[in-house]
Amino acid sequence: MEPVLSPYARTMGFETSHSADGRLTLAMPPKGKRGRPGFVHGGALAGLLETAAYAALAEALGEDDRPQLKPVNVTVTYMRGARELTTYARATIERLGRRVANIEAIAWQDDPEKPVAMAQINVMLARD
Amino acid sequence: MDPTPATFDPVAFIGMASKFGHCGLIGAAYHANGPDWCELALPYSEALVSDADTGILASGPIFTIMDMATSISIWLKTGVFRPQATLDLRIDYLRPARPGNTVIGHGECYAVTKSVAFVRGFAHDGDPEKPIAHVAGTFFFTDS
Repeated sequence: MEPVLSPYARTMGFETSHSADGRLTLAMPPKGKRGRPGFVHGGALAGLLETAAYAALAEALGEDDRPQLKPVNVTVTYMRGARELTTYARATIERLGRRVANIEAIAWQDDPEKPVAMAQINVMLARD
Repeated sequence: MDPTPATFDPVAFIGMASKFGHCGLIGAAYHANGPDWCELALPYSEALVSDADTGILASGPIFTIMDMATSISIWLKTGVFRPQATLDLRIDYLRPARPGNTVIGHGECYAVTKSVAFVRGFAHDGDPEKPIAHVAGTFFFTDS
């Protein structure tokens, strides 16, 4: 089942899919994302990475566990200039505890082995 | 975008970025600037929220204005437009922005070396004394 995306994610034109190995992948079209001439804006890449991380977290938590997710911080490292092409992203939950989730996400264009950016994302899970 | 003007005009630059770039999609605009800082305004929009029920702004557009404000602060500090790219940027979310409020992103360049610029900044939703987020990051000059 594909996750329900936020109004922001719809504004950005993100699309979700699952690869053959079952991993959730997000795709971002280049329209409206320009930063410096010829390249995708770093803020758009950050938004894509974060959205991939939260979608992966929601999937990992499952239908029955719905804690409130409180973003703590995000660190984005830009590794290559992202050209004005479709950019993909997927996230790995490095640790899912009761109170904290540590997530790593990568974004790429041609080859996942050559990421354009990566993000480390920490999230607090609030349970009543 | 002229790559080598003698001085840097943040109002004209953000105007161009809003017309042709990602700032236009999220509705970010110039707010204020000083000799080594720049502020962008992100008006509240339902198209940018992370959750339709709470109406809380997504973090992506806030990250975008912080990237832009800190980036422009470098050109203001050095007085010249040089091509540069973000190396890394970290954002700490202190609390959510209040739904309906415009978010102001304040970016400052506090040090520049031959090839790297160091930046920091914060975002607030009305009161600069009560920030919603802090950022720290680095940019590198792509022509060095």
